[in-house]
Amino acid sequence: MPREITYREALREGLDEELAHDDNVCIIGEEVAEYNGAYKVTEGLWKKWGDKRVIDTPISEAGFIGMGIGASMLGVRPVMELMFFSFAYVAFDQMMNNAATCRYMSGGLINVPIVVRGPANAGTNVGATHSHTPENIFANMPGLKVVSPSDPYDVKGLIKSAIRDNDPVYFMESTVLYGMTGEVPSNDELEDGELIVPIGKAKVKREGADISLIAHGRAVVTSLAAADILADQYNINAEVLDLRSIRPIDEQAILETVRKTHRAIYIEENKPFCGIGAQVSSMIMEQAFDDLDAPVLRITSADAPAFYSPAIEKLQLPTPEEIVARALTIC
Amino acid sequence: MAEKTPKKPTAEYADDPINQSLTAEDKIELLRKMVRIRRFEQTSLKHYHSGSIGGFLHLYIGQESVAVGSISLLGENDHVITAYRDHGHALSVGMGMNECMAEVFGKKTGCSKGKGGSMHYFAPDKNYWGGHGIVAGQTPLGAGLAFGIKYKGLKGCCLCYMGDGAINQGAFHEALNMAALWDLPVIYIIENNGYSMGTSQERSSSHPEEGLAARAEGYNMDWAKIDGVSIYEIRAGVQKAVERAHEKSRPTILEITTYRHKGHSVADANTEKYRTKEEIQNYIQKHDPIEFWKATLIEEGVITEDDYKAINKEAGAEADAAADFAKKSPFPDESEIFDDIYWEVDNNTEAGRTGRHFFHQ
Repeated sequence: MPREITYREALREGLDEELAHDDNVCIIGEEVAEYNGAYKVTEGLWKKWGDKRVIDTPISEAGFIGMGIGASMLGVRPVMELMFFSFAYVAFDQMMNNAATCRYMSGGLINVPIVVRGPANAGTNVGATHSHTPENIFANMPGLKVVSPSDPYDVKGLIKSAIRDNDPVYFMESTVLYGMTGEVPSNDELEDGELIVPIGKAKVKREGADISLIAHGRAVVTSLAAADILADQYNINAEVLDLRSIRPIDEQAILETVRKTHRAIYIEENKPFCGIGAQVSSMIMEQAFDDLDAPVLRITSADAPAFYSPAIEKLQLPTPEEIVARALTIC
Repeated sequence: MAEKTPKKPTAEYADDPINQSLTAEDKIELLRKMVRIRRFEQTSLKHYHSGSIGGFLHLYIGQESVAVGSISLLGENDHVITAYRDHGHALSVGMGMNECMAEVFGKKTGCSKGKGGSMHYFAPDKNYWGGHGIVAGQTPLGAGLAFGIKYKGLKGCCLCYMGDGAINQGAFHEALNMAALWDLPVIYIIENNGYSMGTSQERSSSHPEEGLAARAEGYNMDWAKIDGVSIYEIRAGVQKAVERAHEKSRPTILEITTYRHKGHSVADANTEKYRTKEEIQNYIQKHDPIEFWKATLIEEGVITEDDYKAINKEAGAEADAAADFAKKSPFPDESEIFDDIYWEVDNNTEAGRTGRHFFHQ
């Protein structure tokens, strides 16, 4: 029986293993230590690793992320938790200027091996300020890497890659996914003795020949549900491609699935304007135009701030039904 | 600003142990470093006016004693980070005039290969971490360097320089709180030249009567105010903070009063509008740190006027040679645009080869 654990547990396991793997790795953030994490991702890590390695901060995102960037220049590898990725906006100068451009402006003399991680999702009835999805904003900046894992296996493998990466990696999770369970082999079941998922590699989560549903983050889960409906009710076999990494992006995998199915929809919980789907559809149009039998469609969150009222907020996000309806327009 | 009484070129603070340890050659070297910075700045200004240098150019003329005096105290585990008025610190840590001049000329031989410019000099091999363009943006990084020193169990400190305008940015206050809370060995040096760009201290900062650094009290942090005219006073004051950082791992805020002879940047058209000509002339004539140190050394019998002239001439020739070097150096190649963005790509690692990193056509 393969081992099943939650997304949260898998993420914690990855963090724990990297704390063991490299003394320079430390976890820094609000409530990550004694409180055990606002979303319990880091539960038990402070007790196990102590004050030096797992550090509670004041509520000072610009301050502690800037501090982590400075420390990383000396070879410390801080993994910094944002309680919500929405709070990145408080630390924007540090995250966009200092983390992303110091290497360039020093002519390559410096690198910034940090990870900034935390939930980046809407749909939790908390209003607009806590519901931002900034993956497109950070992926816009050369020098940064943006990762958005959608299941327990990937979140463990990708956090380990992110921590070992020598560039800044912004690791965007979802509070809605923290409780999701999935197969994550224990290390003794693995040939290499550990689970590593490379940054920049997409994964086909469901094979299909009729249409490609390309997505990242929780929209992958929504897309898989839509694919079930398409198969059961309409005899349409959708292929679901999970990007996993947004920058660098697995362009090859995108083009391969489009060349196979000739139809594509990009689904994301990000906003539409210059969203990830805009980038992906442009890449498809430029490089696989002749393979397309229909225009590339995009399904995003509604182009409005997150609605507080849960009755309406859920309508702002992509649903399986919306994906099915849009898919039927091009199949 | 009220007119200050000029200091006499006798050596208050000369008896401080850290200054007693200076040999005659050390003292001359401090003078040479200040003069080299000034000649570098004057030469870069000349080439800015002739059109060889563009962008922003924030000159350090008048403030040389601050970087030279404080950096002269540092050892192998001590680090330096500063803001955009960074040429003086760069030369003080031992960066060469050639690489610094070539950088402002935008040349391939520049310290940042022409990618950073005047505000973004770096030399990690000399523990020099920039050169940062956003006001106070470097102040959390300074706390981070101190965090890194402590994390690695080293006895060292980070000198984090900033202008008086930077003290009103939020990131600075967050950094102060963390530095004091976590006993980080960071020393924030406010180079107080009286003006945050064109806005005077009186119009920009509310602070205790004792000065800007006294805000440290609110963070339970030590502080001191130092007259930046005198190298002796700077060294004596900064050394106390360095010892506090090394021995107790405690942070300090130092306010070193100084004056920039030129505008905020060369593009500052109002430099004689928000400051009176009389005020500027008073500082140039009566409070210039190079003149003060020169007079001190003559008084001590360490140098003669002729020695000074020789140092000045030599520094001028070095700066001219650096400008020649910069002029003759090639511009960067277009092919370098995509270098130095991702470490993994530059080093052609498996991670650097996986996925598409760049999206231009």
